[in-house]
Amino acid sequence: MDDLALAARGGGGMSGDIAILGAGMHPWGKWGRSFVEYGTTAARAALADAGIDWTQVESVVGADTVRGGYPGHVAGATFAKALGWQGARVTSVYAACASGSQAIGAARAQILAGLADVVLVVGADAAPKGFFAPAGGERPDDPDWLRFRVLGATNPAYFGLYARRRMALHGDTVDDFAQVKVKNAAAGALNANARYRKTVSAEEVAASAVVADPLRLLDICATSDGAAALVLTSMDFARRHGAADPVRIRAVSTVTPTYPRAVLDLPDIATDSAVSVEPPPHSFRASIARAAYEEAGIGPEDVSLAEVYDLSTALELEWYEDLGLCGTGEGAKLLRDGATALGGRIPVNTSGGLASFGEAVPAQAIAQVCELTWQLRGAAGDRQVTGARVGITANQGLFGHGSSVIAVR
Amino acid sequence: MTDARTRTPVVAGWFTDTQGQDFRLLGTRCTACASVFFPREDAFCRNPGCVGGKLAEVPLSKRGRVWSYTDGRYRPPSPYVSDPHVEWQPSVLVAVELAAERMVVLGQAAPGVSAADLAVGMEVEVVPGVLNEDADTTWTTWHWRPVGVAA
Repeated sequence: MDDLALAARGGGGMSGDIAILGAGMHPWGKWGRSFVEYGTTAARAALADAGIDWTQVESVVGADTVRGGYPGHVAGATFAKALGWQGARVTSVYAACASGSQAIGAARAQILAGLADVVLVVGADAAPKGFFAPAGGERPDDPDWLRFRVLGATNPAYFGLYARRRMALHGDTVDDFAQVKVKNAAAGALNANARYRKTVSAEEVAASAVVADPLRLLDICATSDGAAALVLTSMDFARRHGAADPVRIRAVSTVTPTYPRAVLDLPDIATDSAVSVEPPPHSFRASIARAAYEEAGIGPEDVSLAEVYDLSTALELEWYEDLGLCGTGEGAKLLRDGATALGGRIPVNTSGGLASFGEAVPAQAIAQVCELTWQLRGAAGDRQVTGARVGITANQGLFGHGSSVIAVR
Repeated sequence: MTDARTRTPVVAGWFTDTQGQDFRLLGTRCTACASVFFPREDAFCRNPGCVGGKLAEVPLSKRGRVWSYTDGRYRPPSPYVSDPHVEWQPSVLVAVELAAERMVVLGQAAPGVSAADLAVGMEVEVVPGVLNEDADTTWTTWHWRPVGVAA
């Protein structure tokens, strides 16, 4: 038994662990049906995986979205109704791309507070085609509306800015970016839940149209329909249920940035000014992972695999550095060395990532934890990371919503 | 025709209504801690360590250096305004680091500037520009233009 396992078992009442008893998804794609159907499918799959009847669920937490609906409809109660009203407590959270991890965070808080033993977390989306656009109307007090109105700055525009900055600062090349797609497509080809299940060559990336210089269509994630769900329980319930050694969630980081936020990030038109306060030593993205590591009492050297938010290929390289898998500016080298591919030292996006899934906003952070669950159970099939013990997810929601989950076995 | 239109800033209070060399972006500065805000904050200073001071309008530096840049090869969705009957021309976005304010401000590049004309670290200056025009209004904005390039 290693130190991590000892810590989990020895903690008793002190332990902040909760159990992941079930994980389920609706495959990603463009299915043309309601998000309710996707979410219900994922929820039923997670319940079946856990061996838990829906009527045993004491609390439902829904991850919300705005762009494919609105967060009163795309919400926990909608899934509770679809599964058949049974009176469970309901919570709905909105945090843009981080909605899923906030849902997990809310579920964990309820379990650790003793408010519920069995919580179902669901996120589902039916994404509109094309660029994400802000909510309608004339709303000049909303930075998200303003960046479109004043600048025409789409999400890929920000990805392009980061990519170009990396090229200038660290010497990354467009071929490095293409190789991220090649790597993630190879993993996605092995995942039945992925939307894109074909390998992609660097030549195919280079032949795709430029969307936002220097990034091409195949560097940028699509928007998809999809759903993911988890059944989370207290460790005591898991034991009573016969799961002696379940995958555990050991940390959920939902931090906000620290002033002054010195790196330009969507949807903002400018950074904070650092003229009167020195910027914090770590960027917002890095602070998300650091908070998770600190809570789990582990470091990057302990990680077996990571699921990161590869909105663009270049952004995946940034996450390597932000997660401490390598030093600043060394992301492309880590990729070139093959360390982050399946079979490498620290595989990243073994699910295929957003490159293979496309983004179904409120489901995505939950889907990342589904992949960790299957990997840590040793049930990831052809994508299995040998001897996986610790997994970390990283993600970030528009407006300053941090998201990182650490799961262990 | 242009003369009949009213010139209106796309957002009120973000830049001066002067033309030529006097054109500047407008932010606010906290009178207690000297933090600068753009887009402007007029109610509260956002520095969490500041006791809170009045916010006074301040022009931002005219020149800065390119932090990064990109372009949009596809027509952005509404509320960006463009004529769907006219073929989309890539629009260039520049993120500019202002040394005195220690901040980065995004903007469109001046017409005629392409991504290939830009480099990280290049000096640029803010110039008045037009975002779009409709029957009654010329909507004005700010543009970033490499220093030494004629208008």
